[in-house]
Amino acid sequence: MTTTTAASADSGERAVPKDSPGAARGPRRPGRIRRIALPYLLLLPALILELLVHLVPMVIGIFMSFKELTQFYIRDWGTAPWSGFDNYKVSVDFSAPVGEALLHSFLVTVGFTLLSVGLCWLIGTAAAIYMQDTFRGRGLLRALFLVPYALPVYAAVITWVFMFQHDNGLVNHVLHDQLHLIDKPSFWLIGDNSFYALLTVSVWKGWPFAFLIVMAGLQNIPGELYEAAALDGAGLWQQLRRITLPSLRPVNQVLVLVLFLWTFNDFNTPFVLFGRTAPEAADLISVHIYQASFVTWNFGTGSAMSVLLLLFLLVVTGVYLLLTSRGRKTADV
Amino acid sequence: MSSTAQTASRASKAPRSPMAPPRSFLWSRRIFLTLLTGFVLVPVYVMVSSSLKPLADVSGKFRWLPSGLTIRPYIDIWSTVPLARYFLNSLIVAGVATVCSVVIAVFAAYAVSRYSFRGKRVFTVTVLSTQMFPGILFLLPLFLLYVNIGNATGIALFGSRGGLILTYLTFSLPFSIWMLIGYFDSVPRDLDEAALVDGCGPLGALLRVVVPAAIPGIVAVAVYAFMTAWGEVLFASVMTNDTTRTLAVGLQGYSTLNNVYWNQIMAASLVVSVPVVAGFLLLQRYLVAGLTAGAVK
Repeated sequence: MTTTTAASADSGERAVPKDSPGAARGPRRPGRIRRIALPYLLLLPALILELLVHLVPMVIGIFMSFKELTQFYIRDWGTAPWSGFDNYKVSVDFSAPVGEALLHSFLVTVGFTLLSVGLCWLIGTAAAIYMQDTFRGRGLLRALFLVPYALPVYAAVITWVFMFQHDNGLVNHVLHDQLHLIDKPSFWLIGDNSFYALLTVSVWKGWPFAFLIVMAGLQNIPGELYEAAALDGAGLWQQLRRITLPSLRPVNQVLVLVLFLWTFNDFNTPFVLFGRTAPEAADLISVHIYQASFVTWNFGTGSAMSVLLLLFLLVVTGVYLLLTSRGRKTADV
Repeated sequence: MSSTAQTASRASKAPRSPMAPPRSFLWSRRIFLTLLTGFVLVPVYVMVSSSLKPLADVSGKFRWLPSGLTIRPYIDIWSTVPLARYFLNSLIVAGVATVCSVVIAVFAAYAVSRYSFRGKRVFTVTVLSTQMFPGILFLLPLFLLYVNIGNATGIALFGSRGGLILTYLTFSLPFSIWMLIGYFDSVPRDLDEAALVDGCGPLGALLRVVVPAAIPGIVAVAVYAFMTAWGEVLFASVMTNDTTRTLAVGLQGYSTLNNVYWNQIMAASLVVSVPVVAGFLLLQRYLVAGLTAGAVK
């Protein structure tokens, strides 16, 4: 989402209304200096906060990743010994335990994110398209579908924890006692099953956002397009392929990127589901870094891992934006 | 209200195609939406029904129907953990963060939408790229920064509500600014030009013309900011102490070594969810309108 919008703010449709009335605005004689300073004054609170809570901590974080920051130095972290690239070397030495665990966690996160984003997008888009026409109960259904998104993460995930309980949970009751799909009650929050448990909760919680955005995107498609297509004899499937999906393209480009970043960085869901130490099969990277920092008390390595994660996200986002904007250019021609 | 939001909602009400959809479509829609409703509602049902069950019911094998209904869990939740205090903390933290975040975002978005100035691109790119940073990257540095500020100035940020408010403020700020820029762009410029000609200052034009016209976008941003703060777990679990603990951390208090009071956990979850869900559903119309004009363009 990030740079797309910034780019589209400077080029493309947003620039058009920006320039034309600009001429009409003209320089007003009184307070020209105020006019120049005004935008900066308006931005000042946002700037200070961003600086204090995002940029300065980020710089500190990068700084810390080059230090040997264990619990002995945490009180006076400036005095921790300089360690150069040691923390990074430890993090990416995939033959040693720390690096191996990080690589494993990274791969789990990639797999989990791809599946979760894909499913969220698919369910959200299908629901939004199915509910494009009016029918009885549509308003009620729309409200219901937004409930998982509106619920506070911890309340929703705690309910899932209860449902996944081995002895008194709904999932085992339904799958074993009622449907006889499994031989004996399974554990869902430890072992290999935990990956699917996490995926289920993540999709349950995440798809309404896709639904909401696609629904908003559908409202921008003029009804006349469909009418014209229908007059030309296009069936529903053709209308979907020729009108709906192409019109949703810019929306989808932003949506998929936002879903990807949020899912990849998600901490709340796995943390409430599994606690401080996630099972190996569902060891998402943010909990892994949290554990590396706060449970084993090695903040230097934790910081190095965070910086590596950030670099990865920057590269992925950059490539994604490059690819999608190129796609948009060719589509325009 | 803004004209764009109105046309958008009108367009959605227009039938998609003049012909009635074929039966196969209607059937697939029925099946899909029924399954999806089930998926969405089962946890909600579990939450509601379990909150009304006696402890024996939630400790033994799961049962769809309670053996006897009781409102006992709803009484006990307030004494098992100091839920009222956590509630108040969450309300203060989320409320103040929301109000401040909306005000700051309105000013910043107005500047970006209406003025051209040096560094505009840098500002938008920087603010928006903070969205991609993993929260874990900030946790420890912020913790150290707050402790240092506290030692240097005596302002207690760590462990206080103020520190948490400050943190949450910036979580929702990038998204809010971004959405409001889009929304303000959709408010016709002639409107505030006219206000300026009529003798309003720039702030007058913002407050009297642009803000009222952008209410759906502003409400959407406020809802988003409140939900972000109300649901945040990571920073709440590290940066609070016994007196400032929020609901996100407080709910963990219902599991003791001897017993997990699932019925109370479900009751408490429901109690903390109802205000947000109700507010969200009341305002969802604005949210869709706000997203339509602001984010989805």
